[in-house]
Amino acid sequence: MALFYLEQALNGLQFGVLLFLMAAGLTLVFGIMNLINLAHGSLYMLGAYFAATMLTATGSMLLALLAATLATALCGWLLEVVLFGRLYRRDHLDQVLCTFGVILFLNELVRIIWGPVALPMDLPPVLAGSVRLVGDFTYPTFRLVIIAVGLVVAAMMFVLITRTRLGMRIRAGAADRAMVAALGVDIRSLYSYVFALGAALAGLAGYMAGPILAVQVGMGDSVLVLALVVIVIGGIGSVRGALVAALLVGLVDTFGRVLLPAALADMGIYTVMAAVLFVRPDGLFAARG
Amino acid sequence: MRTLTSRGGVAWRRRVVFVLVFALLIAVPIVAGALGQPFYIRLFTRIMILGLAAISLDLLLGYGGMVSLGHAAFVGVGAYSVGILAYHADNGGRLFGLFGGSDAAWIVWPVAVAVGGFAAFVVGLVSLRTRGFSFIMITLAFAQMIYYFFVSWQTYGGDDGLQMMSRNRPIADFTNVQFYWLVLVCLLLATLLVDRVIGSRFGMVLRGARQNDRRMRAIGVPVYRYRLAAFTLAGAIAAFSGVLLANSETFVSPATMSWLRSAELIVMVVMGGMGTVHGGIIGAAVYSLLELILGNYTEHWQIIFGPFFILVVLFARRGFLSLVLGESREG
Repeated sequence: MALFYLEQALNGLQFGVLLFLMAAGLTLVFGIMNLINLAHGSLYMLGAYFAATMLTATGSMLLALLAATLATALCGWLLEVVLFGRLYRRDHLDQVLCTFGVILFLNELVRIIWGPVALPMDLPPVLAGSVRLVGDFTYPTFRLVIIAVGLVVAAMMFVLITRTRLGMRIRAGAADRAMVAALGVDIRSLYSYVFALGAALAGLAGYMAGPILAVQVGMGDSVLVLALVVIVIGGIGSVRGALVAALLVGLVDTFGRVLLPAALADMGIYTVMAAVLFVRPDGLFAARG
Repeated sequence: MRTLTSRGGVAWRRRVVFVLVFALLIAVPIVAGALGQPFYIRLFTRIMILGLAAISLDLLLGYGGMVSLGHAAFVGVGAYSVGILAYHADNGGRLFGLFGGSDAAWIVWPVAVAVGGFAAFVVGLVSLRTRGFSFIMITLAFAQMIYYFFVSWQTYGGDDGLQMMSRNRPIADFTNVQFYWLVLVCLLLATLLVDRVIGSRFGMVLRGARQNDRRMRAIGVPVYRYRLAAFTLAGAIAAFSGVLLANSETFVSPATMSWLRSAELIVMVVMGGMGTVHGGIIGAAVYSLLELILGNYTEHWQIIFGPFFILVVLFARRGFLSLVLGESREG
C-alpha cells in the first residue's frame, strides 16, 4: 500500500515538474511584460513536434532535445518580435483575443505540416525500461529523468533569477518597468530574451511530454489551462510560486484521480484554485505585493 | 457620458441596423425555400443560437466590462439540462434519485434557464470578488470544472455526449423551417429584453461601473450586487441558447463548453462590435459564414482566420458594426 502511494507521489511529482516548465515561462512573461499569452501551449506543442521529427530523423534524444528547445525558442522570439511586442500596452481582452488567434493559426499550421495523425515518439532502449527503486518496486526510467531534469531546471532558474545580472533585470522589470527603462536597460531586448527563455522551457516540456502523452494537434490547449491555474495559484510573476503551485497541482491532480470518484477527480485542482483565489486573490507568493 | 448621443444619429443608425438584421433573418427561410437550399436554414438556425449566446456575453463584456472566459459553460449547462431530463423521460430513472425526467418544453425550458442562472449566480458570487486577470482566470477555472464534471459523468455519455430521441414536446414534430421561426422569435424577444435592460437604470449602473468603478462605489452603489445580477442574467440567457441548441441538434456534448468555445464567443462579440447588443448576431454570422466560405477553399480555414482575426483586433477593435455606426455607444 505504501508503495502504491510512493508510485502515485512520483507520478504527481513528474506531472508537477512538467507543469512547472510550462508555468515558469508563462509567469515570467505575465509578471514582466504584463501579457496573457494563451499561445504558450502552442509553443509546447511545437516543442513536442520538433522533438518527434528530430528523433525520427536521427534517432538521437540529445539532438531532439536541442531541436525542441532551440527551435521553439526561435519561434517564441519570432512571435514576440512580430506580434506580442504590440500587445504589451493593450488591455487583457485584446491579449486574450490575439493570442487565441495565434492558437488557431499554429494548430492549423501543425496540422498542415505534420498531418492530423498523432506522431509516435519512441524512446531509445536506455530510457525505455524501468529502474528498481526499493525492493521490488520499479519505476519507468524516463519518468525519473523528467523529475530530475525538472528539478535541475528549477534550480537553474533560481540561480539565474537571484544570482545573475539578467535575473536582476528580470526582477527589477517585474517590480517597476518604467524605472528600469529609465535607468538605461534596453527593455525591448530584455523582453525578447525572457520570451525566448519561456518558449525554450515550454519546448523542453513538450519534448519530455512527447513520449508519455500523444504528440498531436491541440495537445497544448489543455496543458495551457493547467499552467494558467498554476501561475494563478502560485502568484503571477513569481517563479518560486510557480514551482510550489506546480508540484501542488501535480500531486492534487494525481491523487485526486486515484482517491476520488471519477466525476470529482478532474475538478479537484480547479476547486483548489477557486479556494486559493477566494482567500488570497493575488496567489500564494504574490510577486508584486 | 456618451449616452447623451443616444438621442442623436448613432441611435438612429443603430435602429436601422437592428431592423436590417432581423429583416435579413426573416428573409432567409423564404429565399432558401425559393432556391431549394434547405442547408441555409440549418446554418442560420445555428447562427441565431450562437448569436443569442454572444448577446448574453456582450452584456458582460461590452456593458459590464467583465471579461468572462467561461461563458460557454452556461450554454452547456442549459443544453445538458434538456438532454438529461429527456434521457430520464425516455429511459425512466431519476436524476440524483430525486427528479424524474420530462420532455415537455414548458417544464424543461424554464428549469434549464433557472439551472443556468443559478450556476452563473454561484460562479459570479466567487469570481466577481476579483477583477482583471484574476477574473478571466477564475471564470475559466469554473468553466473547466463544469466541463470536466460532464466529461466524467458516464451516465450521460461522458466524453461522447448524449443523444436525444427527439426535440421537446410540443415542438417534437417541427420541421426545420418551423423550428427556425421559433428560434427567430426567441432571439428577437431576448434581444429586446437585453436592450431594455441596458437602457434601464440597472443598465446605467452597470455601464457606469465599467467606466469608473471607484466613483460608482463612492456614490454608494453596491456595484458587486449589480454585477452579480448581470452575471446571473447573462448565464440564464446563455443557458436558454443551450436549450435551443440541444433542441436544434437533438444532441448534447461536453465539446459545447470547452474553453476554446468560450474564446470563440468572445471573438464573435468583438467582431460584431462590443456594447451593441445585436452585434452579437452579426459577429456569430460573420464567424460562421467565414468558416463556411474559407472552408470551401481549404479545410485549413483557421490558418487564414487566425491572422485575419488578429488584424481585426489590432486595427478594427470596434468591430464591423462600427464601420456603419460611426462609433460605439460605449466608446
